[in-house]
Amino acid sequence: MIGAGKMKQYTNVLDKPLSKGRQEVSLSGFAYLFSELVQYNQTQVDNIGELERRLEDAGYAVGVRVLELLCHREKGNRRETRLLGILSFVHSTVWKVLFGKVADSLEKGTEHEDEYMISEKELLVNRFISVPKDMGSFNCGAFVAGIVRGVLDNAGFPAVVTAHFVPVDGQQRPRTTILIKFAEEWLLITNRYYEEKQG
Amino acid sequence: MAPAVPRSGDAIFANVERVNAELFTLTYGAIVRQLLTDLEEVEEVNKQLDQMGYNIGIRLIDEFLAKSNVTRCVDFRETAEVIAKVGFKMFLGVTASVTNWDTAGTCCSLILEDNPLVDFVELPDTCQGLYYCNILSGVVRGALEMVSMKTEVTWVRDMLRGDDAFELQVKLLKQVPEEYPYKDDE
Repeated sequence: MIGAGKMKQYTNVLDKPLSKGRQEVSLSGFAYLFSELVQYNQTQVDNIGELERRLEDAGYAVGVRVLELLCHREKGNRRETRLLGILSFVHSTVWKVLFGKVADSLEKGTEHEDEYMISEKELLVNRFISVPKDMGSFNCGAFVAGIVRGVLDNAGFPAVVTAHFVPVDGQQRPRTTILIKFAEEWLLITNRYYEEKQG
Repeated sequence: MAPAVPRSGDAIFANVERVNAELFTLTYGAIVRQLLTDLEEVEEVNKQLDQMGYNIGIRLIDEFLAKSNVTRCVDFRETAEVIAKVGFKMFLGVTASVTNWDTAGTCCSLILEDNPLVDFVELPDTCQGLYYCNILSGVVRGALEMVSMKTEVTWVRDMLRGDDAFELQVKLLKQVPEEYPYKDDE
């Protein structure tokens, strides 16, 4: 039953000072929590595509909040307007804050103009996860893809973001690549901007 | 007075790999949000969070025992101290304090001043019956059950509901004696 609101004695959460972001919890604590998230979602879906979508949606919400938090704390509320700017923000700042290190690499796709890839040898969320063969190409990195999509979407760069396993020679576990495909409208805007600059 | 444990909570926490607490907080928030959207009733969400915590607790106890090298606790008082000082520190990075012992020594309260799960969280008016941190009660219950103690864990005070601290009441219901599959000859 929806409870009646009682008189609020606590201060508004927005009045509390913002922490510096140095607090830490154990990796295993996070791993247990993430595994429960995946297990719960497995009970709610019938197929892998839906499972990936649900993990992505969960990550999206995290990304939205991470963007707000980091923009305020790390960048002094300055808004990124350039593509490379926001990509390097995701690749360096977001990754550093969330996972403790910058992402392994940021590449531009060779086949399509609007594709970029962030690669990581082993995603933090996948550290203790092994995917059974009958789940095919399912990647729990869909959660991280959701985070990236949340950040990009709310920064004004709509994109479709997915996570893929890429096998690497000489390495037992495949590398994970987060593929970012920017929406067409963004490319049109960028192209028009450069045309106008030249014209 | 803390019992003499071979490794203190701080020492273990310094040795385990750590992640940013904000990732942890935001992921937990995403879980609670998903549950609220799916289940819609706060009571159901409370139960589901407790169940998830239980699943975590039964696995977490193994890691706890392996990493902390604690010796067998003599009584429930020692157990509660170990949970508060070593257990919470090892996984959440914060220590709890133990108070409100009853005369029989079977019921106590763990007080958490600092809780990484609830950073940035405010409960809206539609969710006033929600125990946001209910996963913690499940974790404690699950972990203790795996070491032969049946307990009942409930929230007494909750900062998100306007109290000044988080108070978790742990009540020992039954101590289930361990059964060995074969006779112990030593």
